[in-house]
Amino acid sequence: MGGLEVDGLTVSVEGRRVLRGVSLSVRGGEVAVLMGPNGSGKTSLALTIAGHPRYAVEEGRILIDGEDVTGLKPEERALRGLFLAFQSPPAFEGVRVRTLLREVAARRGAPSDEQALAAALGRVGLPAGVLDRELYRGFSGGEKKRLEVAQALLFRPRVAVLDEPDSGLDVEGVKIVAGLARELAGAGAAVLLITHSARTAELVAPDRVLVMLGGRIVAEGGLELVKAVEEGGYGVLAGGGRAE
Amino acid sequence: MAVELSRELEALEVPQPGLRPRLEIRGRISRSLVEEISRAKGEPEWMLRLRLRSLELFEKLPTPNWLVGVEELDLEELAHYARPDVEKAHRWEEVPEELKRVYERLGLPELERKVLAGLSIQLESEVVFLSFRRYLEDKGVLILDMEEAVRRYPDLVKRYFMRVFPPSDHKFAALHGALWSGGAFVYVPPGVAVEAPVEAFFLVSSELLSQFEHSIIVADRGSRIHFIEGCAAPLFRKYSFHDGMVEIYVGEGARVKFTTLQNWSRNIINFNNKRALVERGGSVEWAEVALGSKVTYTYPSVILRGEGASASIYNFTFAKGPTWKDSGAKALHLAPNTRSEVLSKSVSLMGGTSVYRGLVRVARGARGALASVSCGSLVLDERSSAHTYPRNEVEEPTATVTHEASVWRLSEDALFYLRSRGLRAAEARKLAVLGYAGDVLEAVAGLASGLLIEYYAVLRRVLDLELEEGGYG
Repeated sequence: MGGLEVDGLTVSVEGRRVLRGVSLSVRGGEVAVLMGPNGSGKTSLALTIAGHPRYAVEEGRILIDGEDVTGLKPEERALRGLFLAFQSPPAFEGVRVRTLLREVAARRGAPSDEQALAAALGRVGLPAGVLDRELYRGFSGGEKKRLEVAQALLFRPRVAVLDEPDSGLDVEGVKIVAGLARELAGAGAAVLLITHSARTAELVAPDRVLVMLGGRIVAEGGLELVKAVEEGGYGVLAGGGRAE
Repeated sequence: MAVELSRELEALEVPQPGLRPRLEIRGRISRSLVEEISRAKGEPEWMLRLRLRSLELFEKLPTPNWLVGVEELDLEELAHYARPDVEKAHRWEEVPEELKRVYERLGLPELERKVLAGLSIQLESEVVFLSFRRYLEDKGVLILDMEEAVRRYPDLVKRYFMRVFPPSDHKFAALHGALWSGGAFVYVPPGVAVEAPVEAFFLVSSELLSQFEHSIIVADRGSRIHFIEGCAAPLFRKYSFHDGMVEIYVGEGARVKFTTLQNWSRNIINFNNKRALVERGGSVEWAEVALGSKVTYTYPSVILRGEGASASIYNFTFAKGPTWKDSGAKALHLAPNTRSEVLSKSVSLMGGTSVYRGLVRVARGARGALASVSCGSLVLDERSSAHTYPRNEVEEPTATVTHEASVWRLSEDALFYLRSRGLRAAEARKLAVLGYAGDVLEAVAGLASGLLIEYYAVLRRVLDLELEEGGYG
């Protein structure tokens, strides 16, 4: 099966368990929305999928396009088509945005000419001048999110995990990001979109909605789940586990 | 990939020329040892006296108590003078095959042909190659090895030799004064611009050897010169010791640029003494790239003595593995409207330690003096570290002195970010390092003027390979 598959994933960070038997699958062409309160394990899941060395997989597997990548390095996963848009990407002194995009595009077989870079920035409402700036130094929250999503567009992933690409964005920004998540899926990618916003979820018209609590997926369904959470809070879905 | 890489790394290593010394003087540092060196060099009396004065100071002055990583340095077991068994050459054709091989590995013949106006190469204690363009002679420019300058131009040399850097400055300056050998003497007459750079290259090819070259550059009124200093050594089982000195005298309105590309092997204990005296309206630029050595202590300094004199000091320090790199800059403002700018960056990795030690002093009366210091350190892992010891002493109320220092650690998260994009860990580190140090590397290479493109390319390649090399997963 193409896309992303997570199978019974139990993960700990420095001895603290952050995911407990998480399973989910997103096919190529689909957008799944993942919601959950702070600390429920959403970002842990995203970082584990991308292969962060601090996140130790105790049990379970991660598959990209049917291939088990659980034991692979982050860069090996990336070169198999995985992309993670970071919730809070780190800043790099002296490293130009252009340099990163070029190097990475070249590795991933994506176009790396000036025009392609500028076009990707343009799609998220960033001026081409951003290419000359130092990577994430002095970026506003909104600029960071936009640049992360622009990378997703540029690198044409097979699997895109977008970790709160909408938080801190203005109304227009949220619309753009939701549209682009859908566009990535339209190009055949499996998209896992992590968000706190019912508005974003609605805009993206997800194929599936998943809710996480205490390191577990506690509910799976459609937009009705989003409404339920919005009206009653995550408490209504509790029973599957609590954050520790 | 791995095979290719090790071959490339090998290509960067300096081969052993395999020459025996014709004369070697080693043992306890004493009056008789100093006299023996002076006699072997056929020196005039005044130079011997300078050596003996320096020796007395060496015996009196205390060893600085803040030196780190020099425990193995035992001055008694070193050869303090070694004359290689080779005639001084002025053309490549005169160079013996075993040396030519080394020069070619270092790219020197090509640089001499394409880029340089002059080139001097020192092996152990003596200059063994010296060549420069005819037109320099026609313009009255002097390029000599220091021995010859002492013999042929005693009055000129006396005016400058250890004047701005006296042997009384510290113990190892005194040691240098007692045991110096080799180095270049350059004099540029008033108004003459030497358009292409002149390079002096220093090779240490044996272990348990000291090299004490002494270079002097005198740029007379309104003249201009760019001097490059390179150094290399093969890998030894034991260590060798380098305690060189550079004195620069910048006349009124003259401009001197001095670039050091230090790529000693990891067995060299490297002390360096560099100071420039700048007269009215003159300017000096020190650019120091410290890639190699086991231990380095070097602080290019400027004394801005004339009104409107200015200085730029650029440092790039690469501390990889069990190494201590102590570098920095000193600027003394003694006249009005003097300006100094320091830009220093270091990268520490795999247990390396880099230190910035700096001093800005503005004397009373240096009205409107302007000094800025910016020093930054990039630390690539938990085992490595960076320290900063800046000092400002400002006695002049109208002076403006600014200082910024920063340490940036490439965190696990930042490294992961780059890897999640598809870059291998080594590629990610390279991207971070070259991005971080890009401004200072470009300043050093004078990229804006396109002056040192060849050197910049070599620099990039060395860094590329150094960051690729094993040790990291």
